[in-house]
Amino acid sequence: MPTISYREALNQAISEEMERDPNVFLMGEEVGHYQGAYKVSQGLLQHFSERRVVDAPIAEMGFAGIGIGAAMVGLRPIIEFMTFNFSLVAIDQIVNNAAKIYQMSAGQFTVPIVFRGPGGSAVQVASQHSQSLESFYAHVPGLKVVMPSTPADAKGLLKSAIRDDNPVIFIESETLYSLAGDVPDGEHVIPLGVSEVKREGEHVTLVAWSRMVQLCMQAADELAAFGVHAEIVDPRTLRPLDDAPIIASVKKTGRCVVVQEGWPYAGVGAEIAFRVQHACMDYLDAPVERVTSDDVPMPYARNLELEVLPQPHDVVAAAKRVLYME
Amino acid sequence: MPSSADARIEPEDRNQPVDKAELLPLFRQMLAIRRLEEASAKAYSYGKIGGFLHLIIGQEAVCVGACAAIEPDDYVVATYREHGHAYARGVSSRAILAELYGKKTGLVKGLGGSMHLFDHQKNFLGGYGIVGGHVPIACGAAFKSKYLGEKRVALCFFGEGASTIGGFQEGLALAALWKLPVVLICENNQYSMGTPLYRSLAVEDVSMRALAHGMARDRFDGDDVITVKNRVAEAVARAREGEPTLLEVRTYRFRGHSMSDPGQYRTKDEVAKWKRRDPVAIARKRLVDAGATEDEIAEVEASVKDEIADAVKFAEDSPPADEYLPYVTKD
Repeated sequence: MPTISYREALNQAISEEMERDPNVFLMGEEVGHYQGAYKVSQGLLQHFSERRVVDAPIAEMGFAGIGIGAAMVGLRPIIEFMTFNFSLVAIDQIVNNAAKIYQMSAGQFTVPIVFRGPGGSAVQVASQHSQSLESFYAHVPGLKVVMPSTPADAKGLLKSAIRDDNPVIFIESETLYSLAGDVPDGEHVIPLGVSEVKREGEHVTLVAWSRMVQLCMQAADELAAFGVHAEIVDPRTLRPLDDAPIIASVKKTGRCVVVQEGWPYAGVGAEIAFRVQHACMDYLDAPVERVTSDDVPMPYARNLELEVLPQPHDVVAAAKRVLYME
Repeated sequence: MPSSADARIEPEDRNQPVDKAELLPLFRQMLAIRRLEEASAKAYSYGKIGGFLHLIIGQEAVCVGACAAIEPDDYVVATYREHGHAYARGVSSRAILAELYGKKTGLVKGLGGSMHLFDHQKNFLGGYGIVGGHVPIACGAAFKSKYLGEKRVALCFFGEGASTIGGFQEGLALAALWKLPVVLICENNQYSMGTPLYRSLAVEDVSMRALAHGMARDRFDGDDVITVKNRVAEAVARAREGEPTLLEVRTYRFRGHSMSDPGQYRTKDEVAKWKRRDPVAIARKRLVDAGATEDEIAEVEASVKDEIADAVKFAEDSPPADEYLPYVTKD
């Protein structure tokens, strides 16, 4: 199995799906001639031409809406947001239109569209460019929300997202783009709405997605030094949430830490913690713990940013708390 | 204050002879929309229709004339004031009224109501409740037409109140940039809810917004359905050749913004002045001028009356809406 980067995995998924279906096209700022702000679309313009790799001006509300309209009448747009922070100026299109047209039309019109791009923090890009917005979108019925943590997941989930008949919010991570991993060639499709155990263990369940999975891997290595074997469950799709593997894991370990990069208030982590306590009341040996960013806009200075963001030692500390090791 | 920019572009010639066979079905559609709206208002006052109800009475010539200028496989996107547009697109008065009643037999099974009529078969891409947000959607349907090398065009209706919001501005900019086969039709009914033009637009000529994008524009009165049809047809012909147009049609709603609005921000004289330009009455007069007999017109009026009475009965007798869970995401 070839080892490629998360970026290349996304590129392969887009390229293969565009080969497979002539109605799939990519639209966004700098996706074509510039080859992608983060080079995810490298080479696609040369391969597929300007008709199918469409450079859009800075008008997210406009081109997100154009994607939705095109999707209603049979195309399968992939709309790239340079970062998900910019999706906020298109959120009317996503929430009021994309998420509702299937319902408002009583199933007459589907909106098979993918909104994709990086979310979360990068490094020192300050408050307006460092937001984890998955909880905003996961709140909305009618949307699917996907956040891959590995190159293999990035490819397999993006292919499924493009083939899905519903609007899919596909949030990548700038800090994962260069992460290398084994990715099967060709037809590698991972269904949406299926969680995966990323590391097996029996003492504590860590639930994490996107970059936080990689963070939990480090934390799990540190915990292993104390003889603690953490199990890491990655939901991969936050809506619909496949909670069965999470619940099964917590029933096994009796302890749960939910790790999310976003803010704590009304986050996806709170939803997962609710489901775990509801389903595992009699199995829990400690209250569910949560590791999140601090509840503040992201500061610029590197030392402050590191303080605000979840770190492996925060996960280790939370795991120790639910294990009463402190 | 009113600007000097409201000089009309190419004023229409009302003295052109009208073809009776062309006008008669359009007159019938306008009259049916008028009666449908009146029946809706009545049902609303009895509490049989809930939520928001925005009537198009006074503006019927715009949707009817415009939809007469396109083909069945062209696309139409409209606002929350869209019963007339759906009807002009061929949606039945039964399906519309049953939807307003929140019935299972409604066009969208009681899920959308007055503001969200959709009909896939008629290429009616919906009624949208967020002002201006649907303009990019119409551009998207046009994008698909261009992408696939089709000749289909998209008509997008919106009020002049939408001309200040981003969705309209970005849709306009991208339609012009990408030469999308779309006709953007501003139904300028003079009031953005309760706010008159001069208090909401620095330049009251909405069509001038096309100039900044090098886009074709046209501006005309919307009280004569034949004028609307002909002028929209010109824009549609341009769209089929990949040239979008921004149209501004000057019109007036005779009633308030919605059923809860008595419209007290307008003088009685003003409303009376516009009612003298009632598009249904104008069409009736032009029909007579074109040789239609009173009997012929009475026959149309009777058939409309029967159709709407049947639609009311259908809506009243239909079973209530009964499912919503299958329409969240598609499996």
